[in-house]
Amino acid sequence: MSIDVSQFHQVFFEESFEGLDAMEMGLLSMQEGSPDAETINTIFRAAHSIKGGAGTFGFSQVSEFTHGLETLLDQMRNGERDVSQQAINTLLQSVDVLREMLTAVQQGAEIDKASAEMVSHELEALLQSGTTAASQQEAEAPVLTKPSGWHIYFKPHPHLLQTGNDPVRMLHELAELGELSVQMESSALPAFSDLEPEDCYLAWTIELRGDVALEQVNEIFEWVEGDCELAITALPDEADHKPAEAEVEAAHDEMATVPAAVAPNPAETKKVTAETAMSSIRVGTDKVDSLINLVGELVITQSMLSQLGENFDPSRLQQLVDGLEQLERNTRELQEGIMRIRMLPISFAFNRFPRLVHDLSAKMGKQVELKLTGEQTELDKTVMEKIGDPLVHLVRNSLDHGLETPEKRRAAGKTETGLLHLNAYHQGGTIVIEISDDGAGLNEDKILSKAIERGLVASGESLSPEKIHELIFMPGFSTADVVSDVSGRGVGMDVVRKNINSLGGSVEVSSTAGVGSTFTIRLPLTLAIMDGQTIQVGDQRYIIPLISIIESVEIKPGTVKQVTGKGEVYSLRDEYVPIIRLYDLFNLTPRSDRLEDGLLVVVEFEDRKVGLLVDELLAQQQVVIKSLESNYRKVTGMAGATILGDGTVALILDISGLLTLYRNPPQQSAAKTIRAA
Amino acid sequence: MIELNQSNEILDMFEVMGSVEAGMQQYLTFELNQEDYGVEILRVQEIKGWDYVTPIPNTPAHLCGVLNLRGAIVPIVDLRLLFDMPFKPYTKTTVVVVLKVQDVTQRTVGIVVDAVSDAHNVHPEEIQPAPDFGEQLSTEFIAGITRMDDKMVMLLDVDKLLSSEQIG
Repeated sequence: MSIDVSQFHQVFFEESFEGLDAMEMGLLSMQEGSPDAETINTIFRAAHSIKGGAGTFGFSQVSEFTHGLETLLDQMRNGERDVSQQAINTLLQSVDVLREMLTAVQQGAEIDKASAEMVSHELEALLQSGTTAASQQEAEAPVLTKPSGWHIYFKPHPHLLQTGNDPVRMLHELAELGELSVQMESSALPAFSDLEPEDCYLAWTIELRGDVALEQVNEIFEWVEGDCELAITALPDEADHKPAEAEVEAAHDEMATVPAAVAPNPAETKKVTAETAMSSIRVGTDKVDSLINLVGELVITQSMLSQLGENFDPSRLQQLVDGLEQLERNTRELQEGIMRIRMLPISFAFNRFPRLVHDLSAKMGKQVELKLTGEQTELDKTVMEKIGDPLVHLVRNSLDHGLETPEKRRAAGKTETGLLHLNAYHQGGTIVIEISDDGAGLNEDKILSKAIERGLVASGESLSPEKIHELIFMPGFSTADVVSDVSGRGVGMDVVRKNINSLGGSVEVSSTAGVGSTFTIRLPLTLAIMDGQTIQVGDQRYIIPLISIIESVEIKPGTVKQVTGKGEVYSLRDEYVPIIRLYDLFNLTPRSDRLEDGLLVVVEFEDRKVGLLVDELLAQQQVVIKSLESNYRKVTGMAGATILGDGTVALILDISGLLTLYRNPPQQSAAKTIRAA
Repeated sequence: MIELNQSNEILDMFEVMGSVEAGMQQYLTFELNQEDYGVEILRVQEIKGWDYVTPIPNTPAHLCGVLNLRGAIVPIVDLRLLFDMPFKPYTKTTVVVVLKVQDVTQRTVGIVVDAVSDAHNVHPEEIQPAPDFGEQLSTEFIAGITRMDDKMVMLLDVDKLLSSEQIG
């Protein structure tokens, strides 16, 4: 029988990457010298499943590499080896190597042998360095250490002979492996008259001496497991059966063909690695069930309405109104349900940080405690994918610039270990992510002098602390004294802000010198749907994202001033707001070009306000964002398109793009021919 | 010529026109400024009557705008204007041919033509290369020319004609 195993590859990779994540998390949580048995077990099981799966699918390099890893973990698990920081580091490196290997295999690329070899040498060195707890038990590591022999207790079940196995033959085979001494146990033998000639009543205690691997012994008993009682222990220590049995168990697990041996930890089931492009989402059954319920209700409403429509008379108007209300509720609930499918807990984005902080703090000689809270806060998958890099940048930034070295912290009267806190929570229709540290805070003097040096601020100008903090988001701004490979290349916060803005979010910083700084990111929960304000310009309707609108005002005579005869500004309380006449920008014919006849929609982008002159404000509604790029291209000034209730398309305005258009007006192509419909 | 009163449903008619003979390629022909053009019929996604499109500001004149095609936003190109032919106001018989274009990814683009004519079987041997006019006229998006019912038909290379650079 041949099965095409390649169909299981994807599952294997997904589970393996999950396993690696679990290993990484476990390793990081292991405190030196105090191994928590369950954690080690989790790590061991993950490694073991990867090894088993890789073996089954013939990824020999992966399984070979994992073998050494597994051996080391097994010794830790059995308490034969102390968990040293060095061991944890090596194991972490192994996780990296395994991840690279699996990625390479998945993409059909060559495995980078050099790094694998380096790490596996380290692993071997660790293995050879001797175990601490009970070095005589090295017998447990079958390949790397040599037991003096095996003690085997073999008691076949009565029906063993009927399965076609013969104990005598197996004893012969064992004899070929090494020096054999056998003791037969015949106590179970019944009286001759009761003896069933086809049953086996005997048991054997076997001592096998010589240079024999456990696998070889296992191989002989491979076909009778389940049909006998079998205990194999290493010879010198007959009393301790347990570890060896574990090995046997382990060996049996390997024979399972499907890599489903992953311990199904409920918390893990939804995990998808961030590195591999998330092409699929695992959705909890509860979410799917609730969707099915919602669809059921929708179907009921639909049939009710169609029945109503078949013989409708005005007396049943109230029923129709009720039905339509029900339909609206069903639709909204269904929409929310569907959106929930795309929602993942933010722990997917947070998960990489324990490792990052562990590595970076070691590199920089800082002591950092990472605190994660609100990991279960859910966020749209697309937003999650895009927020990863900005988050990494901010965390690196806090580690590098924010937290001080232990000496400095001690001098400042703080604990040597700095605290880095990642927090997430929902607030209205947005998700808020906070990255705070209890470090030195932003150095206002340094930022200011740097800004003056760069010509961003006139010297002598006095700025409020908030304004100074804002300066770090200016392009090309970096105050790191030394450009490290961690941060400080000057391509920094401005890019972070740009990326977050492009997701429709915002980032702010608050800081107190000597106490610490907090970066606050606000993001929309989803990119697929947003609240929009429909506006009318000429004969066209557009959507302005509600989030960017500050207010809408009627323009009173005398509130608009001319700037050099061309530009117009509106004086909004104590601010002058430039006016963009949208019909000019879009080359449309307005209903009226008098400012007083239109409305000014004041929008904000990156702390700059502009007023958009529109003919009329229409409805506020939720709109589904459709991409213009999928069939056409990106259009400056447009964030996308949406479909209105009447089936026509309306364009969604992109404020930052509008400003670009306003500053560099495009060459007007010959006025568009008026098209008759 | 096919009258296009009810916008769609024409493709079904082509389907019943019989299978393509071995080695033959089937082309959909249409009229544009009294000239005849053809596109590979396998590229045609659907044919529909002219409908209101939403114009996109600051785009070339030949881009009429975008249309909601069952939830997808599809750009519509006026082929007359793309070819620098005089503009002809849209009427009820103006037809939009929705085509599948292979770019980096597959895209859907609609073209406005005067009228759809017919579906023709063309043997590859009957296709001649496009004439070379040198600098004065670009013919790179003409895959070849052929003769059908005593008319010259220019067969268009859809991918080159409607590449993202072309439609701007």
